[in-house]
Amino acid sequence: MCLAVPGKILEIVDSGEPVIGRTAMVDFQGSRLEASLAMVPEAEVDDWVLVHAGFAMSVLDEKEAKENWDMLKAALGDDVELVGNEPTPKGDEDDQ
Amino acid sequence: MTSDVQAVVAELNDLCADLEAAGKPVAIMEICGTHTVSLFRTGAKSLLPSSLRLVSGPGCPVCVTSQGYIDLACDLAAEPDVIIATYGDMVRVPGARGSLETMRGEGAEIAVVYSARDAVKLAEENPTKRVIFLSVGFETTTPGTALSVLEAENRGIDNLLILAQNKLVIPAMHALLGGGEMPINGFLCPGHVSIVIGSDAYKPIADQYGKPCVVAGFELHNMLLALLHIVRQVAAGENRVENVYSLTVTEPGNLHAQAIVDKVFQPCDAVWRAIGMIPASGLELREEYGRFDALSHFDLEMGPDVCPAGCICGEVIQGQATPAECKLFGTGCTPIKPVGPCMVSSEGTCAAWFRYNRNTARTVE
Amino acid sequence: MSERKRKEEPCITMAHGGGGEMTQKLLKERIIPKLANDLLNPLNDSAVLPQVDGRLCMTTDSFVVQPLEFPGGDIGHLAVCGTVNDLVVMGAKPLALSLGMIIEEGLPLATLDRMVDSIAATAREAGVVIATGDTKVIERGKGDGLMINTAGIGVMRDDVELDASRIEEGDLLLINGNVADHGLAVMSVREHLEFDTDLLSDAAPLGSLIDTLLAAGGREVKFLRDPTRGGLSGVLCDLAADTGFSVEIEEANVPISRVALHTAELLGLDPLSVANEGKVVAVIGKDAADAVLSACKAHPLGGMGALIGRFTTATPPLVELITRGGGRRMVTRPYGEELPRIC
Repeated sequence: MCLAVPGKILEIVDSGEPVIGRTAMVDFQGSRLEASLAMVPEAEVDDWVLVHAGFAMSVLDEKEAKENWDMLKAALGDDVELVGNEPTPKGDEDDQ
Repeated sequence: MTSDVQAVVAELNDLCADLEAAGKPVAIMEICGTHTVSLFRTGAKSLLPSSLRLVSGPGCPVCVTSQGYIDLACDLAAEPDVIIATYGDMVRVPGARGSLETMRGEGAEIAVVYSARDAVKLAEENPTKRVIFLSVGFETTTPGTALSVLEAENRGIDNLLILAQNKLVIPAMHALLGGGEMPINGFLCPGHVSIVIGSDAYKPIADQYGKPCVVAGFELHNMLLALLHIVRQVAAGENRVENVYSLTVTEPGNLHAQAIVDKVFQPCDAVWRAIGMIPASGLELREEYGRFDALSHFDLEMGPDVCPAGCICGEVIQGQATPAECKLFGTGCTPIKPVGPCMVSSEGTCAAWFRYNRNTARTVE
Repeated sequence: MSERKRKEEPCITMAHGGGGEMTQKLLKERIIPKLANDLLNPLNDSAVLPQVDGRLCMTTDSFVVQPLEFPGGDIGHLAVCGTVNDLVVMGAKPLALSLGMIIEEGLPLATLDRMVDSIAATAREAGVVIATGDTKVIERGKGDGLMINTAGIGVMRDDVELDASRIEEGDLLLINGNVADHGLAVMSVREHLEFDTDLLSDAAPLGSLIDTLLAAGGREVKFLRDPTRGGLSGVLCDLAADTGFSVEIEEANVPISRVALHTAELLGLDPLSVANEGKVVAVIGKDAADAVLSACKAHPLGGMGALIGRFTTATPPLVELITRGGGRRMVTRPYGEELPRIC
């Protein structure tokens, strides 16, 4: 029905638009996409958010996340033992 | 199998065996198309006891989008100076005279976007064209569309138009259950829709029809756990709402998202492909945002929903038949040449069966 | 693509394709010097190839990709890798390629220069020469900037026998590394769908890796195929259909990077169906599999190599995946162009 994936907020920018308000660059374990934070005004840098079609729909509660650590790990893909190697992460020099 | 999965499967096996022995085999409906696909993709289906029947519900927004809507989108695509902005999901859905993909082949401008915000951007970058955003989806998707309408209004972008066919899950559940005896013992409720509407939204369903409702995420263990919670309730004769996806779903849901949707949209009667009209199950733009309504700018109308001959998709998405019971399944109707809506979308029930289910596989190709 | 090109930038014009002075200038200044070799240098109507010992193998492939340059590669790199790989997976030693370029009016000369540099560098890497070529210019709006066709000719090795009909129950499947990188990297730069990613296309000429695999496995390497469009699942479904055996794959053994796994999830794509341009699937007799895997892992293009599955006699012949959670499901080939989804 609706795909949504968890990602971590790297930085928050004020779009200057009263409607859109804040947008965030969200990291999905190596790919980064901008997401609107209009639906989650409480979100801060370093929070994990669930993003659907360019909009953050919820902040993953840290306390809840700790209690649900296994589920969070699964949601983040940390339960899988990947046999692949990782590309070298890009520096941020091209962003800022 | 990991030990936590093993434990859940073992208890499910025991409970379902007891219930079957007592002459009460369990059937559970997963409402959400993403659950349908995830249950196959993770292999969950292969781990479940054979006496536990999983029935797919009407929760694939592409599948329930009426054929009239697809035809209208194709007609709009043929209009001069129009760009259709759409999620990738809609591109291959066939209408009466073709799909957006075939329209693109004939020269129409079809832009695949990831977010409704991209449609706003597209409108801004193409001021001489009318950008028509195909707004489909359930409660998870609609808030973003509503916000994009507000954004366009705020920035004075007047060439963005919306062709809305957004749908609501709870009225559809009422329609399924209100039609008489429904051979379903409980509901696996959609995790991401529930982020917006909250787990409390299922209380009337659980209370009124006596069906347990459990909200679940999409990972193997979480889905199996939710099924176990439903079966436990069935065995104990209970009908409560539970939430095993509390990582992200709350009881009231996302109130900001609800308010944004309420500002822009209002409920309306809506046609569900192969089911028919369900009262107050759709959303339309409120009058003050009427100028964004694509239909008000063109002399076009939405045609009727037509169900192709021999297709039993209507029964499939209401849990009355499995894809394998359809004479067309896998022969006359395949993902390459779909006849019915459930074969069209990759998360449609028939497409998921065709793609993942070994028992119904006719041949590799 | 970009409608607002900087005016002062020198671009391809229709005159470059007219066959006159401008065409000669384009070829002699920007293309031929970079590709120079003994077969090309006479610049006759056809290249004359040396006499060879053995059966010849020939293939052709056309390349269109938008945009022309993407993370980890470009159309020039692809045009050489794709055709070379089609030769080497057949067990052929590549001899020579032809290069046909259809250039759209308005393509910046600087872009053309980069693509020709890329073609030259990749051909050197693959140990193959461009023996003949052709350029045409088409009007603005009628092409995708640059479209390339390459044909390749090679000599079949006589010490191997690559044929799907030799596959037996119990044979194992090997892949030389992470799946899905190429398709996802290209998707990250598609119009309206752009996102920033650490992923790079895996496009690479596979000749030297395949020499290594064949040296280690000899005739026990029974079949090779590069899982390009259609991804790994496309190749596996072909194998099940062609051999009459079922294929059983362990999801946990299929190499994939965390970035690719999450990016595919983000876009609603199945990583098994996403294109690769530097991967090979090898079918190996089970007694030779460990030796071939070790050789693979020691090669620069095979460090993440893994044995991912086996052939079984289960009927009907299908491809089945054992999931990370221990469940089972079928794998089917993708239907067509994979589009990002929200559902």
